[in-house]
Amino acid sequence: MSLLHFAIIAPLLFACFIPFLFKRLNLIHTGWFVLGLSIILFIYFLRFLPDIQHGGIQETVNWIPSLGINFTAYVDGLGLLFALLITGIGSLVSLYSIYYLSKEKEDLGSFYVYLLMFMGAMLGVVLSDNLIVLYTFWELTSFSSFLLIGYWYHKKRSRYGAQKSMLITVFGGLAMLGGFLLLYLMTGSFSIREIISIADGIYGDPLFIPALILVLFGAFTKSAQFPFHIWLPDAMEAPTPVSAYLHSATMVKAGIYLVARLSPVFAEHGLWLWLVAGFGIFTLAWGSFNAVKQTDLKAILAFSTVSQLGLIMSLLGIGAAALHYDYLDDNLYMAATFAAVFHLINHATFKGSLFMVAGIVDHETGTRDIRRLGGLMQIMPVTFTIALIGTFSMAGLPPFNGFLSKEMFLAAMVNVLSLDIFNMETWSALFPVLAWVGSVFTFVYSMMLLFKTFTGTYQPEKLEKNPHEAPVGMLVSPIILGALVIVFGLFPNILSTSIIEPAANAISPALIDAGQSFSTHISFWHGLTPELYMTIGIVIVGAFLYVTLPKWERIYGLFPKKLALNHLYDQSLIRAESGSLSVTNSYMNGSIRTYMIYIFVSMVGILSFSIIQKNAFAFTTDGLAPMGLYEVVLGVIIAGASITILVAKSRLTSIIALGAIGYTVALFFVLFRAPDLVLTQLVIETISVALFLLAFYHLPKINRKEERMGFKLTNALVAAGVGVIVTVIAFSALSNRKFESIAQYYIENTAEKAGGLNMVNVILVDFRGFDTMFEIAVLGIAALGIYGMIKLRLSRREDT
Amino acid sequence: MIEMMLSTALVLFAIAIAIALYRIIRGPSIPDRVVALDMIVVNLISGIAVISVLLKTKAFLEVILILGILAFISTIALSKFIERGVIIERKRNR
Repeated sequence: MSLLHFAIIAPLLFACFIPFLFKRLNLIHTGWFVLGLSIILFIYFLRFLPDIQHGGIQETVNWIPSLGINFTAYVDGLGLLFALLITGIGSLVSLYSIYYLSKEKEDLGSFYVYLLMFMGAMLGVVLSDNLIVLYTFWELTSFSSFLLIGYWYHKKRSRYGAQKSMLITVFGGLAMLGGFLLLYLMTGSFSIREIISIADGIYGDPLFIPALILVLFGAFTKSAQFPFHIWLPDAMEAPTPVSAYLHSATMVKAGIYLVARLSPVFAEHGLWLWLVAGFGIFTLAWGSFNAVKQTDLKAILAFSTVSQLGLIMSLLGIGAAALHYDYLDDNLYMAATFAAVFHLINHATFKGSLFMVAGIVDHETGTRDIRRLGGLMQIMPVTFTIALIGTFSMAGLPPFNGFLSKEMFLAAMVNVLSLDIFNMETWSALFPVLAWVGSVFTFVYSMMLLFKTFTGTYQPEKLEKNPHEAPVGMLVSPIILGALVIVFGLFPNILSTSIIEPAANAISPALIDAGQSFSTHISFWHGLTPELYMTIGIVIVGAFLYVTLPKWERIYGLFPKKLALNHLYDQSLIRAESGSLSVTNSYMNGSIRTYMIYIFVSMVGILSFSIIQKNAFAFTTDGLAPMGLYEVVLGVIIAGASITILVAKSRLTSIIALGAIGYTVALFFVLFRAPDLVLTQLVIETISVALFLLAFYHLPKINRKEERMGFKLTNALVAAGVGVIVTVIAFSALSNRKFESIAQYYIENTAEKAGGLNMVNVILVDFRGFDTMFEIAVLGIAALGIYGMIKLRLSRREDT
Repeated sequence: MIEMMLSTALVLFAIAIAIALYRIIRGPSIPDRVVALDMIVVNLISGIAVISVLLKTKAFLEVILILGILAFISTIALSKFIERGVIIERKRNR
C-alpha cells in the first residue's frame, strides 16, 4: 500500500467518518472537512507534475493476483490531468456547497458521503491501470451519481432522473465490462499498459471489433454522446454543486478518459476514428442545436455540456488519424489530440463556473427560468462578470481560453479535409460543416444564457425572492474558475508544457519521440488562418441568429415529439414493462394443470429430441426372459384397472381400482420373487387406500357431483407422449446394456461380510444404510407435518 | 403332475376371485361388497401359497400372514364403519 493508493481511496475512507463529524461536530458545516481533504489531495497530485514529464509512476497492490486483478495505480499525464481536475474542482465545489447547502435544512451527512464516494471512485477510474479495477470504480461513479441525483428524493423528477441515468450508464458500463473481457481474451492481461504494448498483435483478431464497439458503448453512455445523452438533462435535478462537479467537469469526462486511454489500443482501426469522431461531431451539433430551445438555465448548460463533450470526443477521434501518418514533421492530427486535452481543461473551468453562476441565480432569485429572469446585471455585478467570462469563453471569443481551444478545434476539423484514409474523403466535408454549425448554435445559446439572465427588463414581480448579490463565500469558487479562464486564455503555455503535453503523449504513446513538435502549436494562434475566418463567421452569423431568435424559434416546434429520444426512452421503458407483464401473464396463469403441461411437454420434447439427435433408439430381444401366463394375466388386470380409473364415473371406483393396481403389483412382486417388497407393498397399499377413502368421505357435500373425467385432447396427447417416450427409453436402455450389474458383489458378501442372509435387508441397513436413515427422516418429517397441519390452525376464519 | 394340479388350483382361485369381483361391482349393498372383498383376499392368500409351492420357496409365508391380518382388520374396520359411521371413536370425557 503506497501513499498513492491511500490518496486514491482516501475519500472513500474519509466518507466513513462523515456521519460522525456531521452528528458530533454539528456546529461546523461538514463541508469544511471535505474541503480540507480535497485541497490536500490536490496539492499531493500537484507534486507529481515534474515527474510525469518523463513517463509515468506505477504502484501495485495485489488484490486478486491469481486472476491477474491487481490494484495498480498508474500516474501519467492523462491520469494526472484528470486527478487534478477531480481534486481541484472537487475543492471548489465543496467550498461552494458549504454556502449553497443550508446546514439546518439539508441532510449534509449523506450529501458529503455520496460526494466523497464519487470523488474516490473517480480518482480510482482515472488512476487505475487494471481494467477490472477501473470497471469497479466506474460502476461506483454511476452508483454515487445515482445517489447524488436523487439527493432530494422526495421530488419525483429527482427520482426519475436518477433512475434514468442509472439505467443508461449501467447499461453502458456492462457493455464496457464485456469489451474489457474481450480484450482480456485477446491479450491475456488486464493491465492497460501491457495491452497497449501488445496492441499491434490483436489488430486483426475477430474479437477486436466487438471489443471496440462494446468499450465505446461504455464511453458514449457515460459521456452523454448521442443518442445516450438523454440522461444528462434529467440529471439536472441534482443540487447545483453536484451538477457542476459531476455533470460538467468530472464524471461525464470519464468516457472521454476511457476513449483517450484506450486510443493506443483501438485507434489503428478505421472504425474507431469513424465512430468516435462521427458520433462526437454529431453530438456537438445536436447538443448545441437543442440547447437553444431550453428555457431553464441548467438545461441549457446540460445540453451545452453534451455538445462540448461531443467536441472533445470528435477531436479525440480525429487525433487517432495521427497514428496512420508516420511523418511527424507537420503532424496536423496530433494537434487534434492536443486540442482535445486543452479543451477538456477549458471546459471544466468555464462550465464549472457557469453551473455555479446558475446555482447562485437560482439561490438568490428562486427561479432558473430565463423567461422570468432579466436585468440582474446591476443587482449581481460579480455574478454577471463571472457569467460573462464563462459564456464568452464557451462561445469561443478572445481573449478567453475557449477561443484558443475552439480555434484549434476548427483547425483540426479543417484538416480532416485532407484525410485520405478509410474512405474519409467522401464524407470529410461534413466535419467542418457540422463543427461550424454547432459552433454557431453554441454562440447563440451562450449569448442567450448571458443576456437573457442579466440584461433586459428586471421583473421583480415574477421572482420568488428579493434578489441581491450572493454571499462572498459562494462567489469564491466561481471567481477562481473565472480567473483561471482568463489566465489560461492569456498564458496558455503554462499549461501546455506542464500537463497537456504529457497527457497528449499518454494518448499517443507511439508518437512520443516527437514531443517537441506539438508543443509549439499553442502559440500558433496569431495569423490569418481559415479557422480565424470561420470564427469571425460564427460570431457574425451567431449574432444575427441571436437577434432574430424570436422569428425562427418556431422551427423547434416542427420536430415531431414522437421521434424525440426522451419519448422513445420513456416509451421503451413502458413497453418493456407492459410487454414483460403480458408475457408473464400469458404463461403464468396460476393453474397447476398448465404448469404440468409445460413440464411434461418439455420433458417429452427434450427427451425425444435427444433420442433422435443421438440416434439412441434401440430394440433387441436378446437376453430377455420368457414371459409366463401369470405375468400376462396380472398385466391384463393392471391395464384393466388403469382404464377403470380413467373412465370411472365415481371417485370411489377409482380409489378401489387404484387399490387393485397396488395389490396386483404386490402379486407381481410375488411372481418376481421379492418377498420383502410384497410385505411392504401390501401394508402400504392398504393404508393409502384407507387414507384415500378418508379424503373421499370428507369431500364437501355441495358440488359433489358424480361425473366422468372430461376428455381433453391436449391432456390425452401429452399423456400418450409421456407414456411413449418413457417406454421407448426403457426399451432403449434395456437394449443398450453395456456393463454387468454389481449385484454379484452383494450376493457373495452378504453372509460373509455383513453376517446376514436376507440380502435386501442387509443392503438396506448395512451396505447402504445411509439412504435408510434419511428415509426414516422423511417419514418422521411427514408424520410431524401431518400432526402440525391437523393441530395447528392459526387462522380460524372459516371453521368454528 | 403336481405342477399341473397347482396350476389348475390357481385357475380355480382366479375364477373365484372373478366371481367375487362381480359381486363387488354389482353387489347391491355395501355388506355384500365387504364380504366379497374378504373372499378375494382369502383366495389371494391361497393363491400366494400355491405360487410359493410352485416357486419352491418359503419366503412368501409372511405375506400370507400379513394378508390374513390385513383382511381381518379391514373387514372389521369396514363393518364398524357401516355399523357406527366412524372407525375410531373419540373419547367422550374430553
